[in-house]
Amino acid sequence: MTVDPIHQFEIKRYVDLLNFSSVQFSFTNAAVFMFGIVAIIFFFLTYATRGRTLVPGRAQSAAEMSYEFIAKMVRDSAGNQGMVFFPLVFSLFMFVLVANVVGLIPYTFTVTAHLIVTAALALLVIGTVIIYGFVKHGTHFLHLFVPSGVPGFLLPFLVVIEVVSFLSRPISLSLRLFANMLAGHIALKVFAFFVVGLASAGVAGWFGATLPFLMIVALTALELLVAVLQAYVFAVLTSIYLNDAIHPGH
Amino acid sequence: MSGPDDTSAGGKSGPDGAGSSRPSDTELSARLERLNTSLGHVRAKAEVPAPKEQDTSSKSGVALAFRLGAEFVSGVLVGSLIGYGIDRFFSITPWGLIVFTLVGFAAGVTNMLRASGEGRKIGPGKS
Repeated sequence: MTVDPIHQFEIKRYVDLLNFSSVQFSFTNAAVFMFGIVAIIFFFLTYATRGRTLVPGRAQSAAEMSYEFIAKMVRDSAGNQGMVFFPLVFSLFMFVLVANVVGLIPYTFTVTAHLIVTAALALLVIGTVIIYGFVKHGTHFLHLFVPSGVPGFLLPFLVVIEVVSFLSRPISLSLRLFANMLAGHIALKVFAFFVVGLASAGVAGWFGATLPFLMIVALTALELLVAVLQAYVFAVLTSIYLNDAIHPGH
Repeated sequence: MSGPDDTSAGGKSGPDGAGSSRPSDTELSARLERLNTSLGHVRAKAEVPAPKEQDTSSKSGVALAFRLGAEFVSGVLVGSLIGYGIDRFFSITPWGLIVFTLVGFAAGVTNMLRASGEGRKIGPGKS
């Protein structure tokens, strides 16, 4: 067995699709899991809403609750006009949530523990903000970077700081999800190695091994919390950033 | 949803369940009227006129710490990257890096204040 906590994040190429000189497009295990996540969401939501009963069953209740939850969140942070972005926010939330939770199942692959995946999601969000902001408000969108009620000599500095702060949003958005997932999975794996290492050390080790084993149980619960919480935070921040595109400055 | 009079509209029956047609048309229209008014109340409550710039106030401390850390680090990271790019582009090494790392530091602190809710008063144009 491999004593390597990073091994679980290894990308395996299954099919090479396109080969340019330096760029390779392959169908990898990450792609398999992403397709699987989308399929899970699709089948769960269609299964849950197939009955359309007035008094919802368990599955329909779950689907309705996730809808209501995200809809309320978008309305709270981006207003009623923000509901045009509801499909985007809901898709992002479900994707991140299912990806995180699927990643907790042993022997699966966590796509959100890869920076490129979370960065792509964050760039999608920030690209939407920029494009929608400019299309909707034109150059008025740039007022986002100009704080109001600031003395003139400070304004250039503050505009530069605001621009850097805006540019750091996709970084922090992607970094947070990625770091949480990566750290959690590495911690789980490290404690799992403690169990194996101690248990192979004889009878005294068996008793010692129960301690990291209990730790794994606790960590798994914590990771489940983190997985859901990070999906929620991702969606909240997405709608807060989209709010800037809808109402830039004053 | 929880009126005394929706016992006849059982869960499984769906929209076609009116085949038994126990309640008369006038009763049905009166009920529809009542539902409409109560739905209007609910809708009026759901209307949020202005977006509150509210944040996730009910979160655990660890999540908040993670979030603030990421905000700060990303600010510094972006600032230094911009500085490095400017250095490479204009070949004025170390000045771009020095200046923009400091700017990134400031942006990180701004991010952090805004994320923690303190910066609501100093937000961009949010009066």
